[in-house]
Amino acid sequence: MKNIRKILPKKISIFEFFVENSIKAIALLSLAFILGIFYFVFQESYWAFKPEKNKLKYQNIQKPLKHTDEIYSNGEIYFDDELRPEKYPPDTNRSNLLLNRSDSVKINIINPIDEGKKISLHRYSSGNEKAISFWDLIKANDIIEGEPAYIWQPISVEPKYNILSLIFGSFKVSLIGIIIAFPISVLAALFTIAFAPKWLREIIKPVVEILAGLPTVVIGFFCLTVLSGYFEELFNTQLRLNAFLGGIGLSIVIVPIVYTLVEDALYIVPKHLSEASLALGANRWQTAYKVLLPAALPGVFAALLMGFGRAFGETMIALMITGNAAVITANIFDSVRTMAATIGSEMAEVEYRSIHYGVLFIIGSVLFIITFSINAIAEFIFRKKLLNKYRGY
Amino acid sequence: MKEVKIKIESLSVSYGNKPALKDVSLNISKNQVTALIGPSGCGKTTFLKTINRLNDFNDSIKISGKVLIDGVDIYSKNTNVTELRKKTGMIFQKSNPFPKSIFDNVAYGPRVNGITNKDELYEIVKNCLIKAAIWEEVENNLYDSALKLSGGQQQRVCIARALAVNPEILLMDEPASALDPLSTARIEELILELKKNYTIIIVTHNMQQAARVSDMTAFFYMGELIEYDKTRKIFTNPSKRQTEDYITGRYG
Ligand SMILES: Nc1ncnc2c1ncn2[C@@H]1O[C@H](COP(=O)(O)OP(=O)(O)O)[C@@H](O)[C@H]1O
Ligand SMILES: [Mg+2]
Repeated sequence: MKNIRKILPKKISIFEFFVENSIKAIALLSLAFILGIFYFVFQESYWAFKPEKNKLKYQNIQKPLKHTDEIYSNGEIYFDDELRPEKYPPDTNRSNLLLNRSDSVKINIINPIDEGKKISLHRYSSGNEKAISFWDLIKANDIIEGEPAYIWQPISVEPKYNILSLIFGSFKVSLIGIIIAFPISVLAALFTIAFAPKWLREIIKPVVEILAGLPTVVIGFFCLTVLSGYFEELFNTQLRLNAFLGGIGLSIVIVPIVYTLVEDALYIVPKHLSEASLALGANRWQTAYKVLLPAALPGVFAALLMGFGRAFGETMIALMITGNAAVITANIFDSVRTMAATIGSEMAEVEYRSIHYGVLFIIGSVLFIITFSINAIAEFIFRKKLLNKYRGY
Repeated sequence: MKEVKIKIESLSVSYGNKPALKDVSLNISKNQVTALIGPSGCGKTTFLKTINRLNDFNDSIKISGKVLIDGVDIYSKNTNVTELRKKTGMIFQKSNPFPKSIFDNVAYGPRVNGITNKDELYEIVKNCLIKAAIWEEVENNLYDSALKLSGGQQQRVCIARALAVNPEILLMDEPASALDPLSTARIEELILELKKNYTIIIVTHNMQQAARVSDMTAFFYMGELIEYDKTRKIFTNPSKRQTEDYITGRYG
């Protein structure tokens, strides 16, 4: 008996030591991981400000000629499919001027007979840009109809990298999303906590959780094929894909998240508080909005912010149904282009370590900072407040 | 014999198929303190919650028998449950002020009843805090969070809150079990004071407390009402063996 008593505490403490330290290790590791991502994203932004030297690639390569390639009158052939990936098949009978209006140099089209002939090509890329400054990212960079305009036009002869319209687009579509999703989620959560009978509650929760697990591409597809036409008709909009539709799509994504968080916040309101209210003759509605909701308010705020943060970073839905036009307007039925969608659509095709590449990482950093701070505020300020509330601080 | 306030006739309550009260019948007199004693889980809280129908929200509960207040069956179809609850104030085992100010706590009931006039509310709040013997302690910080008060003060605020809806019956579920002896003494004094105007049912695990404050005592065991009599009789000369065992501390 004495021996057992001696051994037992020691064993427990070894186990506890192990558990305690592995928890610490995991926590530190994940923190390091977050910092690592942060560092990487930040570091790559550098290329916007200091592009690689010798950017102008001027290579002499052997390539079989295609009938879509262009040959200049001086005999040189420019193969610039990076700039204009699509070309119309040439019309050998008519002048090609119609087809290449933008080119100032006269162009001869290779005769189809020459196809397949190996030819020496001078391939050039558009890399000799001047580095940009921070100011270039936010200042007005064009004038349209006499008004200063903020243009995102990274692929053009004269690229324009204003990210304000993208930040605006993210805020606009996420705000629409949260404005739609928040009341629905709060009412649904109040209903499940305060009114629904037990069996219904046991159905609603898992169903909502399944909804939360739906791939966003499926939601985007549904909005694209079903809802878009419906809303276009309902609101008689000019554009089929617009910020409002994007907001609807986002709200489908964030309702389950906000709902779950609000439900949790309401659930941890001690049961004796609602009992006290009911015992005073308040009905269920009064109890729900006078006791449950105020008591859970910090948690509800946290849910609001986290839902917003989730919408803010959502890529696929923004990409699919917002129209992706980078414009700053107040009309909710105009298209928007979000930061996440911009990264999602352009990152795969951007030239490695070009200015455009760097700017995409700057957008990534901004996105990271905004969502990170929103979530941090939600977690550390509001959730903490919620818990403290019952401890009487 | 005093006027009967609450009449309970063969009341049985079960959660699912687990019985909590079995065929309980008793009469509770007006303006008296009735103590409920018995080991944990014997159904005392269930009994209280049956009287103000706070059990209604439990989906699995089954209730049979009758509960009459002033001769009216409170489980009949046309009972106004919120009116019933206003008539029967409840004090819980763990003091449970809302995370609001002291004033808002006490004003909660009147506000729910549609009283919005500020002066009127203030009068009610003041009166109830005076009746609950806590006015002097909180007079100067009425608008501070009720959670900042000590446990005993919180419990008296809860009593004031219950009084604010003008109840006739007070149901107290171990109101002093979490309090220090001094706060307990204050609550007991308060109960004796309130007795003049209210019919009080108090659950307690403290035998001395039951002996000190109550006129009648009911002993429950495993959902059954074992003995119900004058407090003095129960504590000096119980007629059942189980009662004697319990009050002398042989179980529970
Ligand atoms: N909400 C509930 N659901 C299921 N069983 C319950 C519930 N409340 C109480 N019970 C059961 O009913 C019995 C009586 O409980 P209770 O009235 O709380 O006893 P007491 O207040 O005397 O300690 C206990 O066995 C308890 O487990
Ligand atoms: Mg109890």
